[in-house]
Amino acid sequence: MTENTMTSMQRVLTTLGHQEPDRVPLFLLLTMHGAQELGISIKDYFSNPEHVAEGQMRLLEKYRHDCIYSFFYAPIEVEAFGADVLYVEDGPPNSSLPLIRKHDDIKRLKPPNAKESPCLIKVYEATRMIKSKVENEVPIIGVVMSPFSLPVMQMGFDKYIDLLYEQPDLFQQLMAVNEDFCVQWANAQLEAGATAICYFDPVSSPTIIPREMYLKTGFEVAKRTISQIKGPTATHMASGFTLSILDDVAQTGTAVIGSSTQEDLSALKAASQGKLTILGNLNGIEMRRWTEDQAEAAVREAIAKAGPGGGFILSDNHGEIPWQVPENVLAAISNAVRKWGQYPLDWIEDYGK
Amino acid sequence: MQELNTLIASLEQALLSLDRLKAQEVLQSALTGQVEPLIVATLEKIGEGWETGDVALSQIYMSGRICEDLLNTILEPNNEAIAEQPKMAIAELHDYHLLGKRIVYSIMRASGFDLLDYGQKEVDELVELVQKNEIKILLISTLMLPSALKVKEVRAKLELRGLDVKIVVGGAPFRFDEQLYKDVDADAMGKSASDAIKIVKTMIEEQK
Ligand code: B12
Repeated sequence: MTENTMTSMQRVLTTLGHQEPDRVPLFLLLTMHGAQELGISIKDYFSNPEHVAEGQMRLLEKYRHDCIYSFFYAPIEVEAFGADVLYVEDGPPNSSLPLIRKHDDIKRLKPPNAKESPCLIKVYEATRMIKSKVENEVPIIGVVMSPFSLPVMQMGFDKYIDLLYEQPDLFQQLMAVNEDFCVQWANAQLEAGATAICYFDPVSSPTIIPREMYLKTGFEVAKRTISQIKGPTATHMASGFTLSILDDVAQTGTAVIGSSTQEDLSALKAASQGKLTILGNLNGIEMRRWTEDQAEAAVREAIAKAGPGGGFILSDNHGEIPWQVPENVLAAISNAVRKWGQYPLDWIEDYGK
Repeated sequence: MQELNTLIASLEQALLSLDRLKAQEVLQSALTGQVEPLIVATLEKIGEGWETGDVALSQIYMSGRICEDLLNTILEPNNEAIAEQPKMAIAELHDYHLLGKRIVYSIMRASGFDLLDYGQKEVDELVELVQKNEIKILLISTLMLPSALKVKEVRAKLELRGLDVKIVVGGAPFRFDEQLYKDVDADAMGKSASDAIKIVKTMIEEQK
């Protein structure tokens, strides 16, 4: 095995420039596993930024992957708006009762001050602590929900679809509030030391809305929002489909697209060549029961399909690895990247023969 | 048959473009006894389109809503369609994401099935209700993986009470791991809401 020559940051930047680095970068997008490292509950873990900083550093050391993930959990944003969050023992917390009960409530909705929101301050603090340790060697990936996807947690999915189809004016009002919040929150994470922001926008995925609707809604919101975020962004559809909107997504100003395990990685790679770096697409739900050999085979297949030429970061397909995924599988993934991900990828010619 | 196929195509077109009036026209032009099969076949086609990525969830949701509304308000309730149904219920287990359940419920209702809607339930409450209402087919929807894993507890607790219930599961975690439904001791899994129709029909046939 060749000794690696680049830092994680150099490796990632090279692949983002659509060049081949020393090896395929690996993002193990782990959130809750930090609590396992510290032997505490998920709720306790996220209550204190020191826990998260410590957890992320331990995971980095253990799996030697190529990023820090400063993501806490998606509903932290509705928490900032004043809603409650529901914890479970063995998974990420979820949003509780919606803030917006009827469409008219939108008229009274105001964006919270992201810099002063107590729950978000924990994220900035964790980011700062981590940054002081990793400096510029390892990228720190911060997360925001897109203004367009956040309403599912603010008002419930059915009400939101009704709004999209039936109340275009109120929809625009809601977007104005959410865009304001999203830009503040993303930029505050960047100021705290995040290297890039992952913009979670699964409602824009053709899994959820048709492309014609996306072009009139989520696409415009993404263009406006991403242009105000003062750092690089990656767009993630949380394992929703992306292929049929790849060109559109590239026009929103993002550099990376998260890809679903349910789409063909070769096709995605071909369609995004030179325009977007692909992040993905290991199946996180199945990972829970993989053997080490299966993990290696999955890594190998993904690299064979999307590795050549750079523009590829290996990760799971959702942007968060479930709590149930065991350590030996994570270690097997990390080892497999070292075994099969060294550039040049000479072995690919014979792969599958 | 040709006739039905044409109707299916028109209804599908009307629903995907959310054209309520057109959908109503198509349904009204169907002959008595043709309405249920027409809706079932159309919703199944739309469901298949979702699995291949050609149809979006918002369209499935709106289609189900339109069909259910039209059946409730315009057409006469057609109770003959599926006679002698076993007692059925649907629930969202453990997490609070009710959209999947709502869509399955609408589509089942629009297709002539009668089922109880339990809303969101925890394991014990659900088992209690199933026993009380003598449910024979239980549909469970979950969005989060920890909730999906809890189906195993539902099965174990039903067995402890000696209840023979068919469990049909669905929701995102089951779509991403096709083996998961077996791991949690469910009898069947549907990848899209309209799969519920096919699965339940087969189960009814088998129970005869
Ligand atoms: C859009 C989306 C989001 C949006 C909105 C989520 C929401 N509904 O609240 C946002 C960005 C807010 C989000 C956030 C999160 N998400 Co999310 N998200 C998705 C995505 C892309 C679609 C989810 C959805 O709501 N679909 C609509 C429902 C109706 O679809 P469905 O459940 O599949 O149901 C269909 C069929 O399965 C079927 N069906 C459903 N039930 C039943 C029952 C029966 C009996 C039958 C036959 C059929 C059937 O019918 C439906 C229509 O055809 C999925 C991935 C994906 N590709 O599906 C991830 C996903 C649901 N998210 C996931 C997670 C973990 C989260 C977070 C917890 C992340 C975090 N750490 O914070 C948060 C929690 C959000 C919250 N509410 O608190 C995971 C859940 C599984 C897991 N790993 O535990 C998923 C599956 C991603 C993945 N591949 O792992 N998410």
